[in-house]
Amino acid sequence: MGGIGSNVEEIISNAIGGNRRSLSKLLTIIESGKSIPTNNLGAWTLGVTGPPGVGKSTLIGKMIIEWISRGEKVAVLAVDPSSPKSGGALLGDRMRMAISDANDLVFVRSLATRNHPGGLTSFLAPMISLLSQCGWTRIIIETVGSGQSEIRIVAFADRVLLVEGPDRGDIIQAEKAGIIELADIIAINKSDLPSAQLAADSLQNSLSLSTETAIEVCLVSAHLGDGVTELVESIEQIETDSNRDTIRFRERLLSAWDSRLISHPQFNEVIRALSAGTITLDEALEQISQATN
Amino acid sequence: MGMRIVIAKPGLDGHDRGAKVIARALRDAGHEVIYTGLRRNPAEIVRTVLDEDATGLGLSTLSGAHDVLIPKICKLLRSEGMNDVIVFAGGIIPDYDRDELFSQGLRAIFGPGTQTKEIINFLQDVSSRKENGEPVGVGEELGWHWQ
Repeated sequence: MGGIGSNVEEIISNAIGGNRRSLSKLLTIIESGKSIPTNNLGAWTLGVTGPPGVGKSTLIGKMIIEWISRGEKVAVLAVDPSSPKSGGALLGDRMRMAISDANDLVFVRSLATRNHPGGLTSFLAPMISLLSQCGWTRIIIETVGSGQSEIRIVAFADRVLLVEGPDRGDIIQAEKAGIIELADIIAINKSDLPSAQLAADSLQNSLSLSTETAIEVCLVSAHLGDGVTELVESIEQIETDSNRDTIRFRERLLSAWDSRLISHPQFNEVIRALSAGTITLDEALEQISQATN
Repeated sequence: MGMRIVIAKPGLDGHDRGAKVIARALRDAGHEVIYTGLRRNPAEIVRTVLDEDATGLGLSTLSGAHDVLIPKICKLLRSEGMNDVIVFAGGIIPDYDRDELFSQGLRAIFGPGTQTKEIINFLQDVSSRKENGEPVGVGEELGWHWQ
């Protein structure tokens, strides 16, 4: 990456002018932890979350085609987990979005969590600003699809699509609190399978018990392309909820705090001391916060 | 800190057991691997390397089309200004085709029977050469290649 530090301004103006390589390099710079000047010009963002294997990537691949036909430029940040053992990662979301490699109106970047708690790094915010500045009109963030990242996506995306599959077990799962309360729209994927309608019906029934505004449940088949146009149309109609600002900034703060903690110079040392039993958890916290001041 | 490496399957070749084994081994060695999936054409592979800002590209080919597809990919990388990308290949590539591929800027070719450890050693070697400013990219001065 020789010489990048000296002329970031120039790379930014090239990226804004449409140079993909410059954009790509800038994303690497942001991911490496350096800050670059970006303006958030009101990016259009959609978070896509849901359990592993329900077809998030494949569905995004189909939605991209629909958005392009509507004249949009679509950028995707696809997050996959890093190995907690080796730090390496196998990033496979992109292969499900075949159109991503062959169209100038699509930009897909695979990101590893790099063991960031919550599965979403605080670097996502400047990445989104940069993409928006470079003229990408639809910015999609795909989560790893498990654990905390389901909620944390709210920190970075103004709209949230929850993707579920048929055969997701007892519908009592949907009664549990969590992302389902924050989703703006729910897609039941794999509508080509027989149990999909049943899953959609029972989810709809469950949601109708709530007094709040009804969340739309769409049946789609990413495999066949059925229902994708209607899903995109519904997503376009979502009105972003400003009442969510408290949750959004709470998650942003937690994310930034996590980033600071794991990049703390004494982080690994403290973990070693903890596992050796030489300090307690309280002492570890004390040590880290003292070193911060 | 590992490298970002695209593992790609160029052309009409439906066999990716090897590519998946390599992808997994590189992950376990601490690299971030982007796997393209099957049957990608040269332009798609180069686009992936570009958007992902990968430092390395591994091409797996067993179809016999390596002598056409690999040079095309190398040329496209150069014409897009990605001279510094480290390109290596594996699969069924006969000895008599290898010199031509090295002359296109490939830095390693691994055949059947290669241990994954050797590929990881290659990546270690090539990245320390890169850090020392030695030419190892697809559009950089030829000379050194693995073995």
